[in-house]
Amino acid sequence: MVTNRVIPCLDCRDGRVVKGVRFQGLRDAGDPVELSMAYEKQGADEMVLLDVSATPEGRGTAVETVRRVRENLSIPLTVGGGVRTIENARALLEAGADKVGVNTAAVENPEVIRGIATNFGSQCAVVALDAAHKEDGSGGWEVVTHSGTKRTGKDAIEWARKVVEFGAGEILLTSWDRDGTRSGYDLELLRAVSQAVNVPVIASGGAANPQHLLEALQAGADAVLAASIFHDSEYTVGEIKKFLAEGGAPIRL
Amino acid sequence: MTLRVHVVRTGLANLASVLAGFRRAGATPYVTESPEEIAGATHVVLPGVGAFGAAMEHLERQGLADVLRGRLERNRPTMAVCLGLQLLFEQSEETPGVRGLGFVPGRARRLPAEVRVPQLGWNRIEAEQGCRLIGDGYAYFANSFCIDTRPPGWKCGTVEHGIRLVAAMERGNLLGCQFHPELSGAYGLELMKRWLQTKEENA
Repeated sequence: MVTNRVIPCLDCRDGRVVKGVRFQGLRDAGDPVELSMAYEKQGADEMVLLDVSATPEGRGTAVETVRRVRENLSIPLTVGGGVRTIENARALLEAGADKVGVNTAAVENPEVIRGIATNFGSQCAVVALDAAHKEDGSGGWEVVTHSGTKRTGKDAIEWARKVVEFGAGEILLTSWDRDGTRSGYDLELLRAVSQAVNVPVIASGGAANPQHLLEALQAGADAVLAASIFHDSEYTVGEIKKFLAEGGAPIRL
Repeated sequence: MTLRVHVVRTGLANLASVLAGFRRAGATPYVTESPEEIAGATHVVLPGVGAFGAAMEHLERQGLADVLRGRLERNRPTMAVCLGLQLLFEQSEETPGVRGLGFVPGRARRLPAEVRVPQLGWNRIEAEQGCRLIGDGYAYFANSFCIDTRPPGWKCGTVEHGIRLVAAMERGNLLGCQFHPELSGAYGLELMKRWLQTKEENA
């Protein structure tokens, strides 16, 4: 059977890896090529590179970063952040991304998903679904965009089904209530989305320790994505994978 | 002098990862859609991302289908990756009615609905006895369609994803991989290196 994946995420800006809670107070965390290679060596199953540049110049740098990482990395590379058009996706894929993640653009115009899936295949169309608890007390979650600042009113579970209809081959699910809080993934949200769709679901947002990752896999996630847990060198990828395997998850060791 | 590998341009497929993979394996990859170059090349890679129908249409239009069949029939070193492996067969449920290269009898079918589709991730290959290129180990898959029957005359490695499917198949200097060797870490790198050592005179 296909194994669960452990995916370190690098937030990149102007060719450097940065870290910070909800993109506030960013600190330099190193070179994307060196870090990707180190994670591959530790046993990472895939890398995600998230471009958090705020400017067009920064976006140009992102393509160059992808090219540099690709030349060295021999595991899959997903790139997201600021992908708004099929042309943006094409530039990243040509530079060496194996999958591209779309978020805000997909919410505003789901045809972007269809365009990427039709032109390049569903297996490279990842939709980043950012969700937060609805504020009106009706229960459930709604889709948020623009780094969590804009609430859309769209039901997150319905949206998950819809993006798959449009051709998404994978969902990167982030709980915006949990992101950066180190209190663990939103397991209820994870369960609901992974039951609603047939494509793989990557859990993101809130993990602080290996137990959190194991809980996400047990709740139905196919992969777990995390950033700070790895960058702060609290645990190596290898240590975490060993822990997950001992907990009963199917893991490539 | 490093070995030159001709990588067939199959339309919209993203080739950056394949090219980087072969550079890491010590070869010099070269992208082409020229029938003459592909006919004359020592080693040819047929990559494939995208849809079965679109890829076949492209190969037919560029006059590459016959050239590729000629290579396969003469056992000249040729590697088909992901969709490329499915193109070796007669048909696919992905695009009913479109004829593949038809070198191997059979057709690609959709992965069963009880499992995650696409299959995205690492799965463990079990190589059958007699494989010279394919070994046991984890490789990275990204596929919605698959070959579920071992083709006669080929040695196969298989994986389980809802059903048992062909992960890789080899015969002489020909190698088909449903997974992506260029994204499969050390396992993929070693496989690419072994295939690069195949030679025409072994035909």
